[in-house]
Amino acid sequence: MKLYCLSGHPTLPCNVLKFKSTTIMLDCGLDMTSTLSFLPLPLVQSPRLSNLPGWSLKDGNAFLDKELKECSGHVFVDSVPEFCLPETELIDLSTVDVILISNYHCMMALPYITEHTGFTGTVYATEPTVQIGRLLMEELVNFIERVPKAQSASLWKNKDVQRLLPAPLKDAVEVSTWRRCYTMQEVNSALSKIQLVGYSQKIELFGAVQVTPLSSGYALGSSNWIIQSHYEKVSYVSGSSLLTTHPQPSRHCHEMLSNPEPGESQEKPRDESQPWRNKARHPHRNRGQKQTDPRSKGPAGTSHMTYQLTELFQTHERSLNEPMDQASLKNSDVLILTGLTQIPTANPDGMVGEFCSNLALTVRNGGNVLVPCYPSGVIYDLLECLYQYIDSAGLSSVPFYFISPVANSSLEFSQIFAEWLCHNKQSKVYLPEPPFPHAELIQTNKLKHYPSIHGDFSNDFRQPCVVFTGHPSLRFGDVVHFMELWGKSSLNTVIFTEPDFSYLEALAPYQPLAMKCIYCPIDTRLNFIQVSKLLKEVQPLHVVCPEQYTQPPPAQSHRMDLMIDCQPPAMSYRRAEVLALPFKRRYEKIEIMPELADSLVPMEIKPGISLATVSAVLHTKDNKHVLQPPPRPTQPTSGKKRKRVSDDVPDCKVLKPLLSGSIPVEQFVQTLEKHGFNDIKVEDTAKGHIVLLQEAETLIQIEEDSTHIICDNDEMLRVRLRDLVLKFLQKF
Amino acid sequence: MPEIRVTPLGAGQDVGRSCILVSIAGKNIMLDCGMHMGFNDDRRFPDFSYITQNGRLTDFLDCVIISHFHLDHCGALPYLSEMVGYDGPIYMTHPTQAICPILLEDYRKLAVDRKGEANFFTSQMVKDCMKKVVAVHLHQTVQVDDELEIKAYYAGHVLGAAMFQIRVGSESVVYTGDYNMTPDRHLGSALACPPLSRAAWIDKCRPNLLITESTYATTIRDSKRCRERDFLKKVHEAVERGGKVLIPVFALGRAQELCILLETFWERMDLKAPIYFSTGLTEKANHYYKLFITWTNQKIRKTFVQRNMFEFKHIKAFDRAFADNPGPMVVFATPGMLHAGQSLQIFRKWAGNEKNMVIMPGYCVQGTVGHKILSGQRKLEMEGRQLEVKMQVEYMSFSAHADAKGIMQLARQAEPDNVLLVHGEAKKMEFLKQKMEQELRVSCFMPANGETVTLPTSPSIPVGISLGLLKREMAQGLLPDAKRPRLLHGTLVMKDSTFRLVSSEQALKELGLAEHQLRFTCRVHLHDARKEQETVMRVYSHLKSILKDRCVQHLPDGSVTVESVLVQTTTPSEDPSTKVLLVSWTYQDEELGSYLTSLLKKGLPQAPS
Repeated sequence: MKLYCLSGHPTLPCNVLKFKSTTIMLDCGLDMTSTLSFLPLPLVQSPRLSNLPGWSLKDGNAFLDKELKECSGHVFVDSVPEFCLPETELIDLSTVDVILISNYHCMMALPYITEHTGFTGTVYATEPTVQIGRLLMEELVNFIERVPKAQSASLWKNKDVQRLLPAPLKDAVEVSTWRRCYTMQEVNSALSKIQLVGYSQKIELFGAVQVTPLSSGYALGSSNWIIQSHYEKVSYVSGSSLLTTHPQPSRHCHEMLSNPEPGESQEKPRDESQPWRNKARHPHRNRGQKQTDPRSKGPAGTSHMTYQLTELFQTHERSLNEPMDQASLKNSDVLILTGLTQIPTANPDGMVGEFCSNLALTVRNGGNVLVPCYPSGVIYDLLECLYQYIDSAGLSSVPFYFISPVANSSLEFSQIFAEWLCHNKQSKVYLPEPPFPHAELIQTNKLKHYPSIHGDFSNDFRQPCVVFTGHPSLRFGDVVHFMELWGKSSLNTVIFTEPDFSYLEALAPYQPLAMKCIYCPIDTRLNFIQVSKLLKEVQPLHVVCPEQYTQPPPAQSHRMDLMIDCQPPAMSYRRAEVLALPFKRRYEKIEIMPELADSLVPMEIKPGISLATVSAVLHTKDNKHVLQPPPRPTQPTSGKKRKRVSDDVPDCKVLKPLLSGSIPVEQFVQTLEKHGFNDIKVEDTAKGHIVLLQEAETLIQIEEDSTHIICDNDEMLRVRLRDLVLKFLQKF
Repeated sequence: MPEIRVTPLGAGQDVGRSCILVSIAGKNIMLDCGMHMGFNDDRRFPDFSYITQNGRLTDFLDCVIISHFHLDHCGALPYLSEMVGYDGPIYMTHPTQAICPILLEDYRKLAVDRKGEANFFTSQMVKDCMKKVVAVHLHQTVQVDDELEIKAYYAGHVLGAAMFQIRVGSESVVYTGDYNMTPDRHLGSALACPPLSRAAWIDKCRPNLLITESTYATTIRDSKRCRERDFLKKVHEAVERGGKVLIPVFALGRAQELCILLETFWERMDLKAPIYFSTGLTEKANHYYKLFITWTNQKIRKTFVQRNMFEFKHIKAFDRAFADNPGPMVVFATPGMLHAGQSLQIFRKWAGNEKNMVIMPGYCVQGTVGHKILSGQRKLEMEGRQLEVKMQVEYMSFSAHADAKGIMQLARQAEPDNVLLVHGEAKKMEFLKQKMEQELRVSCFMPANGETVTLPTSPSIPVGISLGLLKREMAQGLLPDAKRPRLLHGTLVMKDSTFRLVSSEQALKELGLAEHQLRFTCRVHLHDARKEQETVMRVYSHLKSILKDRCVQHLPDGSVTVESVLVQTTTPSEDPSTKVLLVSWTYQDEELGSYLTSLLKKGLPQAPS
């Protein structure tokens, strides 16, 4: 069993598992951090961006100045943004039988794989995953295609050129494999290869392997996968969340989640002198304390409001999706673990509190709030929090805008997946009411959605306002426009909630920036404490994970708690590596037909252990094995007149069983006598005895582990003696 | 002998009160738990005393499965769980779980509040009953316990309707509930395969038994389009002549399909006559369709973001007073069989006018007003008064059941060993039973209520075979040779409850036992005065010529081997004109050894001179 690791990104995995006779791709993540190396694509001509100076080498050579532009000391590629694809050369992708998708964020590379590698297999995913994944892809394609850019830079990718460039361009990996975005046609064709599956649905692959998606608790329709045969089991855990699990223990969970060092923010920008460093941050830590006694007010400096919100978000968060199915992961031979939280030190609850208070503060001061986000996922949570928050915070007159080509679809789709929601939300649907309260926000005109800033939006646009829009990388989409529009005023705030992109890098091409920047990444995926609890509970024999998880984060090398700790130590992988997974298959399922089973004669050899010898015909079809009774010996047909000698040649394939045991000489002799042999003489030898039947000129050598009958050619006699010997032996 | 037993407590040669008991591999499952619309007495609910006279049903049932929310499939559920006493799991799909309690409550109100029945289940009982429900996803394999698993398939029919596969080990039963094989305007069909089209189907799961409904066992319906055109034409004509059209429906199901149909027709024809939908449940019902849109057909699902098909422009809520308004109108009113409620009230008001029309879009159970007028009765006795039906009575089979063709189609798809018919009339079943037996060559049963069908099964036994043994076998070629079947030989080790098939050597090794070798050596005397080597050569060529496909070797030490049987030639010192062949073999080669001795005993052929 082998694992081919095609992506090095721990939360956007792409691995290929070879298991029995099947080749299974696990997720198809697309690393979009590559786009951070590019200049933003403005929707409206931006003089600032188009007037950025070209970059030249230290020796003044300016041959790259068309491709590379400089902005506040950073160098960017001026070109259509490109994405870092999974490895396509490590394994022949046309041999992939199936692709299993765990959540909508992990399928963004699908069109590259299904459309350009000769892939002919099937993709399996849940319905919400496909529908929302489609929206994410549609948005991406739309963002890129609606601002056609003539230039596609390639000179800088030359290896000899690249090493001359400043960081981070110099260190960008696999630039030669970076590709432009796919088209909608490719998306549609890729999605048509998906087969919808439900949680706990058992899917047979070629009769050899069974795959089953399990609820992973992270997003609508998100799943972990079990890949198993009758005797081996691999669990693929990708993007899971325990925040939704059992309301009882989750309080405990949250306690553990909270930052063990209150007050210290691990995610603070390192350079305090940066001009855009957020001054408005009010880190509300000390979660543990608040958790233990919900009635007590937070410590000094924490507003009561924030505290209430935090509580609110917890109950909500806990209840978004169906909870993670942990029990089914038990007894795995191998557990492949990917998609842990990208912000292990931040508490999602606290982040939501900060999000709301900063949002309110900005708006009250007459500023606008920009929330770069994906069109689905965290935004539902944020809208639900705001729904309960805006009236009490006096924000009811502030317009909330959600701008995305798929905004409407996303809001509508979120309401129709009742079956994939947690119990609380389900019971709303049973009333019947929409499960998410943004329906009411829309009805009351508090939330408005638009496909883009063009058209209706420009008529309705009022300030101050709150805008949710993409893309979180700040390289394309309507967000680019708002960054340009609002960046110059310190009244405005941009709040980062998506954890996929470093906010400092995202902001780099907009520098210098007067706008406030708040970083409240909300990542509900498993943290290391939860992982170790999970591993203790499900007890896999081996854990496989990206190498990033087997050591503390580079920036926090002293935090030994920010890594996976398990026994035996986790096997780690990196991009383009092939791992041989450490387990040996020993058994395979076979079915014994009832007629054959009836003919078996079990014999108890030791207490509790019975044996039966089996001689049967093996039939194998579609990787399923069946044992059928041997055919009855055919009676010689009397019709045949002439018999050839060779017709009598026995079939040596009729195997005799092995024998075991030993023959007690005295009893054997007695038995012989009972059967009419009278002239028996027994001689002792070094290793046993020789029994002589004098008249028959027959000699039987008996030793501990062997018996040898030497006789004249008297078949009757031989068979009689054989049967007497066999009485003392066991057959296998 | 393992067997599957099936006993209908309801729906045996009858429509209504579906409740079928299945015993499979020691597990007892109740399929549906419905009420009978034709009865108002004890016969309304299944007779659960069949299962046990005293004692709670929980001890006798492993689970209850509800196929869909129609009352003839779930109406007795609170009675079962709260009044008779059952605390085990009740499985149904999410939409069924959402809608079922509403219909139950509605039914309760009708029975208790309007008809004043005592000893009926209460609102609280409906709630308590629903707490025992476990919702299932389509295609999800639900493990009821370690051995029993169930799986739901899409059935069409009404929102959330499902077929269920029940499996224990290698034995399985499929229960269809009610289903339709042609897609609706609002639901998918039970056919078609799952990719994005969703409309689920059943895979070739080869159950031991398929239990299928047979409402339309003898009907082969014409194309759906024709029926739709016909329906629209009739409604249109009635409205044109100023008549009122009553369409009795059940709140969920056909109603939505006909609404979509009329809505689009009204829009296209720019008609002005009002269309009403009797209130309450229906608006709610449409809302359920909106929220469970993933259960509807692909077209509706695809376009729902732009336009939700369940938001109607022309169809408005009905008020009781509207029935007396002058002028034409179309009213959808519940219930669908004209046995009670608003549809019956309106019917009484309009029945006397020949301009009016009632369209029965579905099946009517015996004893209901619907059934009476459909069978041609025009004089009805109602609450002691005579009612003469002058209005036009039309029947259009829109009810979402499979017709004979569809039932056969489903059976072909699932490939069952046996078929059992329920939910139909005996006469019609008889026809379908013959058809099944002739065309599909399966045994077909149609038990009456309380009658048990027993099917012996012979499940195969799964064991683990050591990979070494399997690979050794497979390496010798996969295709079995019919003339000379190759036998796999091994030892089945049964320890605790695990069965493993290993090679005999491995079994010995695992048990710490040594092999005991049993060897035979037979002396064959030959008259042959030739030199020993020549005799050896003669033996060798003789054996070689006969045993063409065996490995016959002449070894340097003067012995001949046939596979593992050794033939040595000696010359007895006392008689050099004879030769003694020592044929030696192990027990495992007995057939060959014994054959060789008898062959050699016949002597060697004369050497070619």
